[in-house]
Amino acid sequence: MENNTSAKVSAGIDPGFDQLNRDWYIDKAVQVLVFIGGISAIVFIIGIFVFISKEGYGFLVGEFNFKEFFFSPNWRPTSESKETFGILALIAGTASVTGLAMLVAIPFSLGTAIFIAEFSSGKTREFLKITVELLAAIPSVVWGFIGLAIMNPIIIQTFNVPVGLNVLNAGIILGLMAAPIMTSIAEDALKAVPDRYREAAEAMGATRWQVIYKVVLPAAKNGLLGAVLLGVGRGFGETMAVLMATGHSINIPTSVFDSVRALTATIAAELGETAAGSPHYQALFTIGIFLFVITFIINLVADLVVRGVRKG
Amino acid sequence: MFEATPLNQRNDTRQKLFRFGLGTMTGLLILPVVLILGTLIYKGAPVISFEFLFTGPTKGMTAGGIFPALLGTILLVLVALIASVPLGIAAAIYLSEYAADNWFTRTINLAIINLAGVPSIVHALFGVGAFVIFFRFGTSILAASLTLAIMTLPVVIVATRESLQAVPMAFREACWNMGATRWQTIRRVVLPNAITGILTGVILEVSRTAGETAPIMFTGAAFFLPLLPQSVFDQTMALSLHLFVVSTQVPGMPENLPFGVALVLISMVLLMNSLSIALRMYLRGKKKW
Repeated sequence: MENNTSAKVSAGIDPGFDQLNRDWYIDKAVQVLVFIGGISAIVFIIGIFVFISKEGYGFLVGEFNFKEFFFSPNWRPTSESKETFGILALIAGTASVTGLAMLVAIPFSLGTAIFIAEFSSGKTREFLKITVELLAAIPSVVWGFIGLAIMNPIIIQTFNVPVGLNVLNAGIILGLMAAPIMTSIAEDALKAVPDRYREAAEAMGATRWQVIYKVVLPAAKNGLLGAVLLGVGRGFGETMAVLMATGHSINIPTSVFDSVRALTATIAAELGETAAGSPHYQALFTIGIFLFVITFIINLVADLVVRGVRKG
Repeated sequence: MFEATPLNQRNDTRQKLFRFGLGTMTGLLILPVVLILGTLIYKGAPVISFEFLFTGPTKGMTAGGIFPALLGTILLVLVALIASVPLGIAAAIYLSEYAADNWFTRTINLAIINLAGVPSIVHALFGVGAFVIFFRFGTSILAASLTLAIMTLPVVIVATRESLQAVPMAFREACWNMGATRWQTIRRVVLPNAITGILTGVILEVSRTAGETAPIMFTGAAFFLPLLPQSVFDQTMALSLHLFVVSTQVPGMPENLPFGVALVLISMVLLMNSLSIALRMYLRGKKKW
């Protein structure tokens, strides 16, 4: 159809009002279609919130008790005598694992990002970037399996503890998992610092390290913070790896060798065993709402922080 | 002529020290993963054979192969692609070709970031609430694939948008000057120039989709099924969930079998990613503008 038009136009023949009209309508129709595609992400985000709220609503207006939910360490959704829905221990589990993971991932990912962006070039740089990208692609269930089958015996042997599925195991696994993603975001942030900043500092006689420390890092500060925040968000929401590597027992940990249970893992482990519409089922969806809200805030803050660097 | 002053020397030493330290950190980040992959290959490779790939599990999953899980993963990925690729490309075309730089576009971008950042288990809850219950698809390939499609939509959108934006503005302007409409320009000029870039995004999505476990656990993937799925309304086994099942849920599992499953899964994912990277490098080499 368009072919026809352009052929006629190029031959100097008037394509006719009908043809132009039709092209115009097609153009408008496509505009509407791609607009629908464009807003789909917004629709889905709202949809996620609406549908998990719909399923969790019954619990929120019924059994939900703010004090018990957030401050009780007792998660006994199936207790015969008295069901309690306290997620404090689960929050502690998620927080301890994520915290340890960040302790591992932040220095290593920032160090690696600086090394790739500022100290390597050519083939080495290309190789490191591809390696980091491939590491980021390893599925979380494989990481969980690694925690279970490889890290577990290593921890038992090295530290002479009875169980190797604990905060330490999941923290290391999660750290290794989050580090590649944080590395590539941090490296982008470093690369976004204009070269003329570096050249100006080098012209003043600064060494490479002085350039990085005094010029590049302060200029990339927000982007690096964004990378860390996204890493935290990732750790917070990770499901399969923490389900398999934490030991999955409800505990407020006092040492890294304690087994814990994470918020995400609780949903993954228990949803299959609950009857749709029961308080237990609805409570799991309420945890889902909580996770959604927290990660939404983390992503929003990370976005604002990174955007701040672009404007400034 | 130029004697190195003590300050110069100190700076030089410090410089070397930092460089060495950072290089070591990089090595320490990569080395454990290389060792882990080595272990996976060492323990998993002996398990993998033609039979392992093309027969079903037997003896309560403690023996036999992974064929139903492999097939299930392929089905889930295909159905997810059918749903998310057109939608993702449409979204990217809107963002790259139509959207103005205003609060509305920023909201869309924020939604995309959040869609990628929402925990996978929350996507699973959404899949249960929306597709399994509300739309009455039941636990089925369709429900699981749609959940996966929404979860991985940002991958397609971001990759496609980038490759569309890499097409120079002058190409579009030349086309508009010939009297072409916006859509004619996009179809005849922009999309053909961006197609390889879009393909790298689609391959990345395949890799992401194949590895996801949590979103399909309650929406359509089953621990074990004696029969292969007959339609998109049936449940299916899946490789990622199969790895979870054989490594945690089955007593008396021979030690090497889960390693074999893990090796197949990770090979699939890394192969896809390598393909995408290779395509990207080829594209960068070929670029004429």
